Amino acid sequence: MKRWRRDLLLIALLLAAALTLFLLPRPSAAGAAVLVLQDGEEIGRYPLSEDRTVSIGEEAYNLLTIKNGAAAVTEANCGDHTCVRTGWIDRTGEQIICLPHRLMIKVVGGGSSDWDAVAW
Amino acid sequence: MKGRLVARYGLLTALAMVLSYIETLIPLSFAVPGVKLGLANLTVIFALYRLGPKPAAALSLLRVALVSFTFGNAYSFWYSLAGAVLSFLIMALLRRQDWFGELGVSVAGGVCHNIGQIAVAAIVLRSTAAAYYLPVLLLSGVLTGMAVGAAAAVLIRRIPPFER
Ligand SMILES: [Zn+2]
Repeated sequence: MKRWRRDLLLIALLLAAALTLFLLPRPSAAGAAVLVLQDGEEIGRYPLSEDRTVSIGEEAYNLLTIKNGAAAVTEANCGDHTCVRTGWIDRTGEQIICLPHRLMIKVVGGGSSDWDAVAW
Repeated sequence: MKGRLVARYGLLTALAMVLSYIETLIPLSFAVPGVKLGLANLTVIFALYRLGPKPAAALSLLRVALVSFTFGNAYSFWYSLAGAVLSFLIMALLRRQDWFGELGVSVAGGVCHNIGQIAVAAIVLRSTAAAYYLPVLLLSGVLTGMAVGAAAAVLIRRIPPFER
């Protein structure tokens, strides 16, 4: 009969856990470059300071656009288009994921050695 | 009798498909792309309480397969499967132990659904960066779980028995 109390307790605990994780320090500085990874391997790195478009892949196609210091996937043929809908990213640690194409694009900090620590 | 059984499963599967389709319209694209809300859990919880764990498991797997073939791709299949299996196991366990009501079962299932998906994302992308979105996914799992659990509790009580 007290099951609803336990339900509420569970909800409160999970919300507390989410809140704690939210409050942990997270990278938020403006990034310097975007890193393009496919299957976890780096296939490209482009500074956010220069406007450009990069076409990634042929059959599995994503168009990376860098403009005004931010990056976005503006075209893709991946079917779900979640990468396109993610929109513009410019903060260190932010990322665009295209799961069907096993592609990850993430904003990294200024240095070349510190990005792993900054963005996990 | 056999026909009614088929109709009953068909109805629940169809409902799960509709809810899954609605989910594709509301992607959690601010979090890990591809992660779904878990609205279709409603039918799984209903089946778990009204038909038992085996039919619920069958329904859950059938839904993942049908939805992936209809709206998704190979990757979204593994993604959804991981979420569905983890979510189902924890819900079936909690249901059996009777520690929680529908609300608690649904919230636990919702959270596990998202954890399962994020785990596969981390493996596929070979990156722990997916964990960055854990708090958002935890929160969305709790909120969706509450909505789904509340709706399921009503349906479980209100829908007249169709077992016989
Ligand atoms: Zn994509």
